[in-house]
Amino acid sequence: MVEALLRVEQVSKRFGGLLALDRASFAAEPSRITALIGPNGAGKTTLFSIIAGYLPLSAGRIVYDGASIAGERPYRLARRGIARTFQIAQPFMGLTVRENIAVGAHLSRPARADALVAAGDIAREIGLGDLLDRPAATLTVAGRKRLELARALAIGPRLLLLDEVLAGLNPSEIRDMVPVIRAIRDRGVTIVMIEHVMQAVMSLAERVFVLSEGRVIADGPPEAIVADPLVVEAYLGRGAAGRMMGTGHA
Amino acid sequence: MRRFASTLAVVALLSTVPLITSSNVVLNFLVVALLIALVGQGWNLLGGYGGQYSFGHAAFFGTGAYATAVLQVRYGINAWLGFGIGIAAGALVGALIGALSFRYGLKGSYFALVTLAFAEVLRIIASVAPATGAGVGTLIKLDLRPEAFQFQSRAPFYWIVLGLVGVSLMLVRIIEDSRFGAYLVAVRENEDAAEALGVNTTIVKLGAMTISAAITAAGGCFYAQYFLFVDAGIAYGPWISVEALLAPIIGGVGTVFGPLLGALVVKTLGEFAKLATGDAPGLDLVIYGCVLILVVAVAPRGIAGILSDLRHRVLAPKTAAPASLGRGHG
Repeated sequence: MVEALLRVEQVSKRFGGLLALDRASFAAEPSRITALIGPNGAGKTTLFSIIAGYLPLSAGRIVYDGASIAGERPYRLARRGIARTFQIAQPFMGLTVRENIAVGAHLSRPARADALVAAGDIAREIGLGDLLDRPAATLTVAGRKRLELARALAIGPRLLLLDEVLAGLNPSEIRDMVPVIRAIRDRGVTIVMIEHVMQAVMSLAERVFVLSEGRVIADGPPEAIVADPLVVEAYLGRGAAGRMMGTGHA
Repeated sequence: MRRFASTLAVVALLSTVPLITSSNVVLNFLVVALLIALVGQGWNLLGGYGGQYSFGHAAFFGTGAYATAVLQVRYGINAWLGFGIGIAAGALVGALIGALSFRYGLKGSYFALVTLAFAEVLRIIASVAPATGAGVGTLIKLDLRPEAFQFQSRAPFYWIVLGLVGVSLMLVRIIEDSRFGAYLVAVRENEDAAEALGVNTTIVKLGAMTISAAITAAGGCFYAQYFLFVDAGIAYGPWISVEALLAPIIGGVGTVFGPLLGALVVKTLGEFAKLATGDAPGLDLVIYGCVLILVVAVAPRGIAGILSDLRHRVLAPKTAAPASLGRGHG
């Protein structure tokens, strides 16, 4: 078995009396797409925020590239090669698409001109080539999602955390984005994605972890996950799996 | 040098004024306007580009002014050297206040209030401490020699403050075109997103505050040499904090020329108001208030914003107006 690039070990997060994450563990193998799914409120975004350094954890360990990274600030993690997108896109509204991406590109390119050129290249790769000089505030939801992705890529990440980059897109936009994400993986970037769009999870992810009420309740290849009664019940309620599969008592 | 073309052209044009007129009224008016432009440029770097709205730039202005005056009067230090030390002292105060505020994550109105509080604390200290001359203030002895940073006529003062404004314009232009500038604007637009891209937002804000404080302190140093008198109300009073933010907001926040434009417009309005009302005390402040409300309501990007919109409408009616790097909050 390959050594995982990211290992989340027994991570718990408590917000006052609410246990948002309860000893959650998962691992992401290098150059693979790992998906994190689960019903709303399961703690997926909380887990992402902890990995990316935006929230402190209450207990547990996060190991990235062989080192414990819990407690480091987001910018330091970004410099180590961890990029994230935000569930609600957070563009720099007053800047153009090119200037937005250039902020990320600056991480490895101190000169303004170099960063702007690199930003143009990345934008074309992600399908934003025609919108380079548009203010980010004028982009559609689909455009903003692409911008999130382009900006994250611009830092040259080894690990990419995608928080619902497909949510809010229509089916044809999703069909356009799937190959873009696959191409990023093919370049050797390790991807962890939170996603509700099962069609995309099925076609992209090599391994899926299911989070429910703060706990990882199942993991495996996507085909096995959708057939897992525990997973079906986490989404639809107790007994649902039995009814759907026609084996239980109605 | 092309990127400095407009700055150099503006400075060259303004530098001819003393050759055209020797009127003390005109020169005095322009010296004060340029002084406000300088102080405002300091504010603009932190507020306009970095989105950190300070209400306490008096802290830096006053530190520069007092350092220059007290070092000369009490310690016999050369005025030019005192000028340099004053700028460094202002930068240090900026770094200290910044380190404390940003360390504890103060943003928006909290940051504004804390800067105001620091300026007020310094004002109170300066009004009682013996070193600053307490309530009496510090008077710099008249010594009309260039070595003492004092001149017979107003023209040399005019050229010096114009030179300082020129340097501040170029400095901001350089920052605008640098990685630091890009990071600073990213911090203004969205701090969390900037952190995700590897930007150490604390250091970026701290750097901006230090440079901002140094520019504003230079204004304070100049004030001391020009008026040869400093007291707590002048140096650390809220008036200068207000002038520092008014000029860039009216001229156009986050633009290179905003503070200069704003200072000239505000000071001109103030003069006309004085003429029209026979020098009623405080009326200039009423005018400022009205202009500020108008600008915020009608043209939040200031005069520079209006000018750039006009230019795009005239020059390129077919293409969409590109957004400038320095767009302020709407």
